Amino acid sequence: MIRAEGLTFDYERLDEEGNVEEKKRAVDHVNLHIRPGAFIAILGHNGSGKSTFAKHINAILTPTEGTLFVDGMDTKDEDKLWEIRQDAGMVFQNPDNQIIGTVVEEDVGFGPENLGVPTDEIWQRVEESLSAVGMLKYRHHSPNRLSGGQKQRVAIAGVMAMHPRCIVLDEPTAMLDPNGRKSVIKTARKLNKEEGITILLITHYMEEVIEADHVYVMDSGKVVMEGTPKEIFSQVEELKRLRLDVPQATLLAYELKKRGILLPDGILSNEELVDELWRLKSKM
Amino acid sequence: MIRDITLGQYYPAKSVIHQLDPRVKLVTTVIYVISLFVANGIVGYAVATLFLGVVIKLSKVPFKYITKGLKAIVLLLVLTAVFNLFLIDGEIVLWRWGIFRITDQGVRTAVFMAIRLIYLIIGSSVMTLTTTPNDLTDGLEKLLGPMKKIHVPVHEIAMMMSIALRFIPILLEETDKIMKAQIARGADFETGNLIQKAKAMVPLLVPLFISAFRRANDLAMAMEARCYHGGDGRTKMKPLHYESRDKTAYGVVWCYLAVMILVGRYFT
Repeated sequence: MIRAEGLTFDYERLDEEGNVEEKKRAVDHVNLHIRPGAFIAILGHNGSGKSTFAKHINAILTPTEGTLFVDGMDTKDEDKLWEIRQDAGMVFQNPDNQIIGTVVEEDVGFGPENLGVPTDEIWQRVEESLSAVGMLKYRHHSPNRLSGGQKQRVAIAGVMAMHPRCIVLDEPTAMLDPNGRKSVIKTARKLNKEEGITILLITHYMEEVIEADHVYVMDSGKVVMEGTPKEIFSQVEELKRLRLDVPQATLLAYELKKRGILLPDGILSNEELVDELWRLKSKM
Repeated sequence: MIRDITLGQYYPAKSVIHQLDPRVKLVTTVIYVISLFVANGIVGYAVATLFLGVVIKLSKVPFKYITKGLKAIVLLLVLTAVFNLFLIDGEIVLWRWGIFRITDQGVRTAVFMAIRLIYLIIGSSVMTLTTTPNDLTDGLEKLLGPMKKIHVPVHEIAMMMSIALRFIPILLEETDKIMKAQIARGADFETGNLIQKAKAMVPLLVPLFISAFRRANDLAMAMEARCYHGGDGRTKMKPLHYESRDKTAYGVVWCYLAVMILVGRYFT
């Protein structure tokens, strides 16, 4: 689905004559391969290059070095630009700044309109995608009156209506309250399971990556760790060094283990921790 | 609450006028304005009044609501009336005091001009009151479509208008927030003379502008990410179609214009 080969991107600051004054490497030789239908998370603290990487998938940015293939299409190929953007939709951080329509259903129809989809089919797609994110009953509302989580779900529906095979969510929950955050992640997961859409979730909230199939951790533009959530979270020291928070249950298990209590590595949820503790107690 | 501000001045109701295609309403408004300038006699104005009255009745918008728009032009109305009254020469002098004099022709022009202005405002108010801003933009885009041939960026203008409509409430809310934040830091927007008040707006406007530019940047990226590439090859989710009622309305409007022209020729 998505294949990055030595992907590198420099932000350049130009002086008044257009000469390069300063270069900042945002993404540094990233190699990764994402299979269709996967739920992938990319973790990293601010400035780790994760958002810059995400913008490459939608061909908003093109690599300085290396290549990125989306469904076999090179993002540098300008003829394929609209095809790539249709294939890999993108949801951004600020819910207000990505809703174009003044009515929810018109906003969802914006993508298909741009693709030149016939009117009847636009309506069908709008209905389908609004119901897929559970926002169908708000279709006639003004986006200004929705909560942050609802706006973000409308944005997801707007991408869904373009029938993408992959959705990149670039910190979709950073500006939301805990409830909105939950509803957005739940929606993403549902689309992944039920519609088989590849999801690439970019975030710095650890709780959101627990159910991902595969996690990449980025730091200073490089992929520094990768593996299943269990593999990642068993390396508590390393995560701390990268200034990432570890889920509480994982942290507690880690601390207990340090004190000599025999718990397995990579405990992710409270339930798991409780189960393991019970098992330990019944053995004693 | 600042978010409850109604945009434009749309008055929601279910009426024949509301249901008409926005293009019909735009064309009708233009024709009505023309007809007002064709009319130059009592009979002409009577027909224009009748037409306007029937449209208002059909639109189900309360009359009080419509006349709100007139408040803004009261001063203009009075000024034009006064100028017409005193400056137009006629045959019969009705009143004289020093260099000031009022003639029959002056009174006639003053009254008709006032009526023209009032009807003009009421006529266009009825259009904006019965058409949502979105429909209005769509209608304009479609009506001005032929101007694309002479390289007028009609689609882009319509798109900008609808985006502006979407962001007005957001920016209003933001203004409110920044204002509160600055007041909390000791800014004073209330006291002082005009110049001081204008100066006090700087700490409000600078952050507002910066944030508006940032939003514009984000929005442009989001639009591109959703494959927006101008008006070419774009389809419409809600295309405009003329229904039979729109055709009837066009018929009525053209008949009205014909009547007005005839009246203007034979009853002066």
